[in-house]
Amino acid sequence: MTDLLVVDGVSRSFRGLRAVSEVGFTVPEGGIVGLIGPNGAGKTTCFNLIAGVLRPDQGDIRFAGRSLIGLRPDQIAAAGIGRTFQIVRPFPELTVRQNVTVGALLRHRRVADAEAAADAVLSRLELATKADRHAGSLTLPDRKRLEVARALATNPRLLLLDEVMAGLRPTEIDAMVAILVDLNRTTGLTILLIEHVMRAVMALCQHIVVLHHGELIAAGPPAAIQSNPTVIGSYLGEEALG
Amino acid sequence: MIAARAMGGALLLAGLAAPWLASEYVLSVLIVSLWFAYVGQAWNIMMGFAGQLSLGHAMYVGLGAYAAAGLFVFTGIGPWLGAPLAVIVAVIAGAGIGWLGFRFQVKGVYFALLTIAFAEFTRILFDHITVLGGSGGLFLPVGQRSGVDLINLRGGPVMFYYVIFVMTVAITALSWALLRTRLGYQWQAIREDAEAAEAVGVPVFRTKLLAVMLSAGLTALGGVFFAFYYNTLFPEQIFAKSRSIEMILAPIIGGMGTVLGPLVGALLLTPLGELTMAVIAGLGVTNAGVRQVVFGVLLILVLWFLPQGVWPWLTQRWAKGRRQ
Repeated sequence: MTDLLVVDGVSRSFRGLRAVSEVGFTVPEGGIVGLIGPNGAGKTTCFNLIAGVLRPDQGDIRFAGRSLIGLRPDQIAAAGIGRTFQIVRPFPELTVRQNVTVGALLRHRRVADAEAAADAVLSRLELATKADRHAGSLTLPDRKRLEVARALATNPRLLLLDEVMAGLRPTEIDAMVAILVDLNRTTGLTILLIEHVMRAVMALCQHIVVLHHGELIAAGPPAAIQSNPTVIGSYLGEEALG
Repeated sequence: MIAARAMGGALLLAGLAAPWLASEYVLSVLIVSLWFAYVGQAWNIMMGFAGQLSLGHAMYVGLGAYAAAGLFVFTGIGPWLGAPLAVIVAVIAGAGIGWLGFRFQVKGVYFALLTIAFAEFTRILFDHITVLGGSGGLFLPVGQRSGVDLINLRGGPVMFYYVIFVMTVAITALSWALLRTRLGYQWQAIREDAEAAEAVGVPVFRTKLLAVMLSAGLTALGGVFFAFYYNTLFPEQIFAKSRSIEMILAPIIGGMGTVLGPLVGALLLTPLGELTMAVIAGLGVTNAGVRQVVFGVLLILVLWFLPQGVWPWLTQRWAKGRRQ
């Protein structure tokens, strides 16, 4: 498999604090990769570096062979990377359909076409019945789904998911996992996800990258990560024991 | 939707018939109301749709007015060429302010302060442009007022009424159409959350700039009307901060971000202001500030009880009424 995303020795500091330090990993085309680690490990910073919200101090990020350094977030979205936000950011005064239509307008010039594309995404994420509701009135699980729907509507090759399972009940987690697996299998969508819910990470990911204090401390298939003593010591500890 | 259509249809018919039904005084109040509806719509594109607060829109009125009036006074060229000139001048000014603000990430109230600063700067500048009359004012030649000369926009109140009526209907239709375009969706996304909009591929800088430029250009056309209707321009009046504020009351009261809100707001506010003046005069009160106080109280009451504005509240009421 060729690598769709290459993160190559990337660092970023905030006022002297190294949030991400020489981190490197790859995401193969069509794969699902998990990015895990304790709070403050630099996971969301990594996402912001990939999505162009932040610029790395050093290192390179390549997507489909092309460097993303210096591109604006909207250009990176246009290049084929969709993202969700850890703290959901719907357009609250717009309806659910309008929210997703904004995403679809990246690939469709005509609003009618974008609406049709949005409706297709909404039914895939089981939000079709709520299409005419204001996004601000949705419950948290629905907002999380909307966040994924809006990103998906931009028709990305790579989807960055930042804790879309957090705050969901186990059945809702299973539903989200099923949707993501289905998307990955049927459309070949590549996924990089930040997640604390280990049951989702283990069910989804073929490869896991572990960050701690901004540094990459382990990378490998789920089984190897679960039994990796460094990872258990710094992050998995409680959950592995519990 | 049906309520909006019914309301729109009724307003359209009433508007067309108004000159035959209204006295000259009422017609003059209607002209002012429609003017505020027009510039309110223009401002609403920038703030209501794209979420960029301008508190200096009097600047675009003034620039448009001076551009077209200057051309007319000095060359005799009428507003049909003056209007495009006015639009160009205002669009350039708007693009400059927008570029500065958005390039350097000046957001929210700070951006609003920038718009005030530029409006004030322009007012002082025009006070000193002697060729345009400076602080002494610029006066358009007033010819016969009975005939209708649409080419030079010289004529009586009925002609001016229909001109501003058509302008207001046109900008309302434009607003309606814009909200349904790709650009309209992107504006609203930026208004709701610029960072999230950018993450789904909306070029935020360019899209915001377009909103400012369009709003500025359309506002300038309101300035052209102002110049030819009132025939006198004073920098102290046309660029005044108080005018910038007055211009945005209608969309705020009526409902920002909605298509009919600015119209409803203006048709409520201007007549109400006139009525207040009449009542105050009838009571023998001569304090000049009473009208402003009444306006202020009204604004507070609307924001308190109808934070979304009058029009959204009305449509919700109608929707509720139909369900029951």
